[in-house]
Amino acid sequence: MNQTVIPTDQLDASFSALFEPRGILVAGASTHPGKFGFVSLHNVIASGYAGKIFATNLEGVEVLGIQTLPSLEELPQGAADLIFVCTPKSANLDLLRAAASKGVRAAFLTSAGYGEAGDQGRADEAELVELCQELGILLVGPNGQGVVSTPAKLCAQIVAPYPPEGGIGIASQSGNFVSSFMNWSCATGVGVSRAVSAGNAAATSVGDFLQMYSHDPATRVGLAYVEGVTDGRRFFDQMKAVAQKIPLVVIKGGATAGGAQAAASHTGSLANDDRTFDGACRQAGVTRAATVEEAFEAAATFATQPLPRGNKVVVMTTAGGWGVVTADAITRDHDLELIELPADLREAIDAYLPPRWSGSNPVDLAGGETRDTIPKVLELVASHPQVDAVIYLGIGIQSNQARMLSEGPFADEADVERIIAYHQRQDARFAQAAHDVSLATGKPILTATELAVAFGDNAGPATVRSTGRLCYSSADRAVTALGHMWRHSRYRMMRDLPLIDGCPEAFLPTGNLLGGSVSSD
Amino acid sequence: MSRTLSEADSKAFLSEFNIPFATEVLVSTADEAVAAANAVGLPVAVKLCGEQISHKTERGLVRLGLSDSNSVHEAATALFAAAQPEDCATGVLVAPMISGARELIAGLSVDEQFGPTVLIGIGGILAEAIADVAVRLLPIAEVDAMDMLDQLQTQSLLDEFRGEPVVDRIAVGKVLLALSQIAAEHPEVLSIDLNPLIISDGQPIAVDALVEVQS
Repeated sequence: MNQTVIPTDQLDASFSALFEPRGILVAGASTHPGKFGFVSLHNVIASGYAGKIFATNLEGVEVLGIQTLPSLEELPQGAADLIFVCTPKSANLDLLRAAASKGVRAAFLTSAGYGEAGDQGRADEAELVELCQELGILLVGPNGQGVVSTPAKLCAQIVAPYPPEGGIGIASQSGNFVSSFMNWSCATGVGVSRAVSAGNAAATSVGDFLQMYSHDPATRVGLAYVEGVTDGRRFFDQMKAVAQKIPLVVIKGGATAGGAQAAASHTGSLANDDRTFDGACRQAGVTRAATVEEAFEAAATFATQPLPRGNKVVVMTTAGGWGVVTADAITRDHDLELIELPADLREAIDAYLPPRWSGSNPVDLAGGETRDTIPKVLELVASHPQVDAVIYLGIGIQSNQARMLSEGPFADEADVERIIAYHQRQDARFAQAAHDVSLATGKPILTATELAVAFGDNAGPATVRSTGRLCYSSADRAVTALGHMWRHSRYRMMRDLPLIDGCPEAFLPTGNLLGGSVSSD
Repeated sequence: MSRTLSEADSKAFLSEFNIPFATEVLVSTADEAVAAANAVGLPVAVKLCGEQISHKTERGLVRLGLSDSNSVHEAATALFAAAQPEDCATGVLVAPMISGARELIAGLSVDEQFGPTVLIGIGGILAEAIADVAVRLLPIAEVDAMDMLDQLQTQSLLDEFRGEPVVDRIAVGKVLLALSQIAAEHPEVLSIDLNPLIISDGQPIAVDALVEVQS
């Protein structure tokens, strides 16, 4: 990771040149659909970028409907803030000088052959950094994959995808991780604000981007992949500053590589790289995840649920086994508590369910629910002052049967058609109720079912998605995400920091309980 | 280059920062050891003390649970005889046996990337095998010290345990804060081992200490 610090006064200007450019220039545009110079221009156009698009090509041919410029001479002054460089390394210094003279203030370099390529490459990279500093250009890369900014509908990347708009800001030392996170964004519907691969991070590091995100109104949660950390102390200070402002989720590669130092002391040999990084994250208020899925889902949870105010969890399920296993997962989590159901809550639920319901946490409805039971019990549970978070299981079962009916030989029969519609309506209501009750109470309600991946168009998970939330593919994954959230809440509470929710204001408590909507269909 | 302070010097240095130790006496003959043992109260532990001695347990230079004058005399004589010139032995330490079923480890070390760090963990001779530890970058605040204890996986060891009271977390936290203060005031300190930090009647007492300093 690089040491360069962007002066604060340049931060805003650099940030907008990169993420909100008024115009973009793709240098090295190509007519060959297999080349970066084609793909990146294509992606800029296809994502619907509204600013001016320019491109250079040595022959000045038309590429993807854009009349390219044979050189930068023809670029109107001040028309482009960002240059996306797909040219070979040898052309870049002259290119950047010309770009700066036309008012370009940020450069993303995909070009390889720099710091990753031996002594000569490192020397060239140093020269590149020095030139950009001299020119006042924010240098990103080289050897990077691209930059995405959904508020600007910008997808300047040499790879897919372009994710939905949302609150997660991604920065990564590896371009592939940016793609992974954005693929998960596409799969779950929980969107991204900005994403950038730092490539060789010659001048701008993952930490620098995260710092930019922490000042960015469009970004509510940071999500980062890091590998080598060469100046750990500075990285820690940056992470801590970011995590005071927005929740930050980090996954670190090479976690197991750090061997114990050949230390004379027991302390020294126990405090190996990974444990030190782990402690640094905890001290900085950073959420550390072990896998890509865990990292994305933690970030997506911060972005779509209010922060829990405590660790007391109730599981609500329509079927026994799931509840038992989820209770186990909560118990395994070092920090969450599966509470004993308060007596007044148990009595309140009694009024809505036949006596065979579990009577304890997990609240297992045991098939005793009628049309309105699920929204009502969800509301009772989440409204209880001793409950901080709810995990809701069993959505979509009936709609799954509805799908099978609708694909079967009797789909056209009137009774069958009617029951299909009823099941789908009910599952949609349940998902909506989970969202509405969360809004009303300001408490996280996490809905989990494998139907989210098995049949994403099932009315249950599809409605969870349409409310803007993540439908977890298993209860365990919901518990893991909730544990991360609670630890961040606790970090803030223990330090008298305000509980800043990563989710949009629209997701914050309304105080309006379901009221009449429960009994209406 | 670095050098390691003798156990007695290490403890004298750390005591200034209110790291809790049992009363100990440094002696230079077996007879003095017996007198010291009776003064601090039997049973006692005796240990060879010197600047270059580390991993005392592995070398058999610690004798524990000596409950009468004869065994103290015998053990002290054996330790003086076992001292090698390279140990730079300064004497034998006589200390009361601190009883407690639980042992923690606390310490300070300097990480290449992150600088000085403080550590707390489950201690004793199995410390490295168990590796249930929490690390923080220095300096730490009280809230970090408390969070370090919360991070340990073996929480049951910190609660009431085999008839012994719950661990005084605040007192353990103060040890960690003292280590933080030492690092701030003495940048020449490269590492500190408090192992074991025995929990006796709920209170932490360091019964071995090693301070490594830049020379």
